[in-house]
Amino acid sequence: MKKVFSRTSSLRDVDTHYCSGCGHGIAHRLIAEAIDELDIREQVIGITPVGCAVIAYNYWNFDCVESPHGRGLAIATAIKRVRPQNIVFTYQGDGDLAAIGTAETIHAANRGENLTVIFINNAVYGMTGGQMAPTTLIGQKTATSPRGRDIGNEGYPLKISEIVAQLPGVYSVERVSCDSPKGVLKAKSAIKAAFKNQMDNKGFSLVEVLSACPTYWSLTPADSLDWMQNTMSKEFPLGKIK
Amino acid sequence: MAHIKIKRDKCKGCMLCIKVCPKGQLKEDSVLNKKGIKPVVFLGQDCTGCTFCGVICPDTAIEVYK
Repeated sequence: MKKVFSRTSSLRDVDTHYCSGCGHGIAHRLIAEAIDELDIREQVIGITPVGCAVIAYNYWNFDCVESPHGRGLAIATAIKRVRPQNIVFTYQGDGDLAAIGTAETIHAANRGENLTVIFINNAVYGMTGGQMAPTTLIGQKTATSPRGRDIGNEGYPLKISEIVAQLPGVYSVERVSCDSPKGVLKAKSAIKAAFKNQMDNKGFSLVEVLSACPTYWSLTPADSLDWMQNTMSKEFPLGKIK
Repeated sequence: MAHIKIKRDKCKGCMLCIKVCPKGQLKEDSVLNKKGIKPVVFLGQDCTGCTFCGVICPDTAIEVYK
């Protein structure tokens, strides 16, 4: 009898602080698996965000640097330019990458930095208590939009992947979703491809991972997957954008 | 025959594995684990080793053998 699925060695054998059914756990594992399959653990430097994943460095078994809120890509730029032999990636949520860090994101993409960005989109601010994020869907109820997001008051969901894909310096942009085993496997191959792009000096690669936040969506984890398939992926269409 | 191993004390009881198992080989336990939640247990009759449960598990609590 052969072991066909288990924890990979880049993922530490510790309990995470994430809520039950949180998509961060899946995304952490996919990154660790991609890194181990490409055999680049000794070269990788991860930039962890501010947000729910702020202590992701406790869960990964490779080097990480913690960034101030939203500044992940500024730090990644510096590290990659000083140490071009290292594989540098940022792991950022929607509050970090699409709200406070929009300037850093857009400009790092526009400069075409040779970096890998893993953008976790769960349409809500998890760490601070479920407030509205730039990516919150129209009509979605959050702590700061209790009657649902209203276009007149709060505007439309910000589609960072589509915005970034317009920039000539960007090599690859893909949106995937951890809403089913098939979706998770697609997400893994997208993340692996994004690391491979950096190894081949192709340039800026961004993978947007739609991820569940059952706690602040006020759904069960199982219903969260259905909501992602039926509602969230309508607003954020999946697939290769660039 | 294929089977899975569930790390009882790692499980947070999200039950995503129950949702995705094509053979319905998982169910909620009636006994609490160390975390104080009811984890998932394997029924162990008709597992094909498809790894869906392990792939969807956010806490890497499942190992699959085939």
